[in-house]
Amino acid sequence: MSEATLPLWRKRLFGTPATAVGTLVIAFCIAWIAVPFLRWALIDANWVGTSRNDCTAGGACWVFIRARFGQFMYGLYPVDERWRIDLTGILFLLSVVAIVFAPKRLQLRLGLSALVVLPPLGIWLLAGGFGLRPVETREWGGLMLTLFISVYSSLIAIPLGILFALGRQSELKVIRLVSILFIEFWRGVPIIAVIFLASLLLPLILPSGVGIDRLARAVIGLGLVIAAYMAEAVRGGLQALPSGQREAATALGLTYWKATGLIILPQALRISLPAMTNEFIALVKNTTLVLVVSILDLLGIAQASLADPNWVGMNMEAYFFSGGIYWLICYGLSRWSRALERRGRQRQR
Amino acid sequence: MTRALALINDKRVRDWIYQIALIAGLVVLTVYFVRNASQNMVKAGIASGFDFLWRTSGIDVPFVLTSYTQADNILALFWAGVANTMLVTVIAIVLATLLGFVLGIARLSSHWLLSTLAGAYIEFVRNIPLLFFVLFWYFGVIAALPAPRDSLSVFGIAFLNNRGLTIPLPDAPANFRWAFAAILLAWLAQWLVAFWARRRKERTGRDAPVVAIGLVLVIVLPILAIAWASLATRWDIPILRGFNYRGGFVVIPEFVALLAALVTYTAGFIAEIVRGGIQAVPHGQTEAASALGLRRGQILRFVTIPQALRVMMPPMTNQYLNVLKNSSFGAAIAYPDVVSLFMGSALNNTGQAIEIIAMTLAVYLVIGLAVSALMNWYNARIALVTR
Repeated sequence: MSEATLPLWRKRLFGTPATAVGTLVIAFCIAWIAVPFLRWALIDANWVGTSRNDCTAGGACWVFIRARFGQFMYGLYPVDERWRIDLTGILFLLSVVAIVFAPKRLQLRLGLSALVVLPPLGIWLLAGGFGLRPVETREWGGLMLTLFISVYSSLIAIPLGILFALGRQSELKVIRLVSILFIEFWRGVPIIAVIFLASLLLPLILPSGVGIDRLARAVIGLGLVIAAYMAEAVRGGLQALPSGQREAATALGLTYWKATGLIILPQALRISLPAMTNEFIALVKNTTLVLVVSILDLLGIAQASLADPNWVGMNMEAYFFSGGIYWLICYGLSRWSRALERRGRQRQR
Repeated sequence: MTRALALINDKRVRDWIYQIALIAGLVVLTVYFVRNASQNMVKAGIASGFDFLWRTSGIDVPFVLTSYTQADNILALFWAGVANTMLVTVIAIVLATLLGFVLGIARLSSHWLLSTLAGAYIEFVRNIPLLFFVLFWYFGVIAALPAPRDSLSVFGIAFLNNRGLTIPLPDAPANFRWAFAAILLAWLAQWLVAFWARRRKERTGRDAPVVAIGLVLVIVLPILAIAWASLATRWDIPILRGFNYRGGFVVIPEFVALLAALVTYTAGFIAEIVRGGIQAVPHGQTEAASALGLRRGQILRFVTIPQALRVMMPPMTNQYLNVLKNSSFGAAIAYPDVVSLFMGSALNNTGQAIEIIAMTLAVYLVIGLAVSALMNWYNARIALVTR
């Protein structure tokens, strides 16, 4: 530690007598909670072995996580076919990287073609058929399912949300009313109820004989709710645009859709991107609710693994591992969203 | 032909065509769904209509506030669920607000360690799913509590164990009714005093000791009233008999876990709202107020808090409605709220999905609309009057 920082630390923690007393009290509280926790999680923990009997030290039994790591990541997906999940993930990641680093004039075209090609390709790779061994969605699970639901629900939610945000700003009364009703309805009801609703009502309102996959129902239900929240996020961006933008576009002879697509949305979406990212974080957190229709995402797999008679009493290990993964994903996204917000503010100056 | 073209190019006519097309499309879609649903229901032999509400429910509910028993009808079950939802929502809102204010103010503290600690807590809870907290409190914490024999005792009258929280219950509630009536009267009196003081200040410019009177009327008097009622009543204090406690009232572990999860989670969000609200008051405001000679307490009361509240109100309302909606997470641990009792148990028994889903969603929509209307009215009242 350099000499310049040392006094600052000392000033922050022991500047005045009152500060010093506060520091000591808080430090004591932290130590009181953190020391036993760290002993449990790290010092006394068991890292190597294959079964519960290898956990002889008093602390956490991380052997349990090691033994079940595959399940936490892939659910009950057949072990021989797991490369398909990895491939799908790599394809999605590669295309994101390609779009970000592509020259500016190609970005839009690349992005749109990825949007058309990737989602069906992903479903084919994961579900199989057409040459690949079919894997039923019943066998999907773990982190892979959490990511699948998040991504595919937002593929429904983002376009729908943009449409309803535009509808809410529309001059046409009927369109505005329909949009407001849609948004306020889905925002007003609990997501858990929507997942129940989707799994019960979707098969009911489709023609008899048309089966709809359990997972698809949950994805559609989540997509509809998040669409309403996305619409409100996009509305913020639309309202932040000066009305002169649309007026100028109209004066130049652009039609409604051309003005929207070329002038309004590119600017509005850039403003709403942080808010939309926050909605996506909420979506990642809410995917856990598919547990109530017995679809086992990461948290669901962790919960289900507690019932294994070979691994009794691993509650804390399972919760801390799965909670940690959620935290990493959501915290990373929220940092990204805040960076976007900062950059947006700097651009305005 | 040209007339027809002119009509199509007329913006007003085209707008009407779009709107009529939208309505027609929605009607067709609805008719299609309803037809499919009725065909499917006939095929599956499911009845429709609301007659099922008067059927005997036969569902045992472990935690009821109403007079509901198994022999009552399904409508009574519905209300029992609504009451349970409201109970956990209201208590969670009060506790989360308290914890959230403490955290939010700690976050702004000049004490570096305290504000960092509050910040770490906020970043921790905001980035983890609520369901995680619900399961963690229920299967992780409450299930790990000692058995009734070795309960954690709270002053020897309430006992926390893995079967829930056993609290004492008054034998006769009459004294408490008097106490609550007295409290309501005191609050009314305080409102009148505040009204009178404001009028007097507008007329004469003199201050009345509203805060001191308010402290007595709103806080001291209710405490005295409750204390009197508790001392004058015989209490049914839980006693350990064999393997469990007898007497008192058992708050089921599901309630305790759901409440703890809602409070710890929501407090993180409320803390950020409190911080944002206080930071939104420009520093110049407090400087100007102190330049005018206002004391610190006065600055807080007349300058900082009113402006911070104005900023905090809308997001706070949103959070409170979120708590209401999130109370349905109890369905994951079988807390008997309206979703798990009505959308779960009653739906399983009757199969009448459409009616039951509509009624359950209506609960949330009606409460949400009512709260929004109330808050809009309140916002309009406290909104900044500008030129």
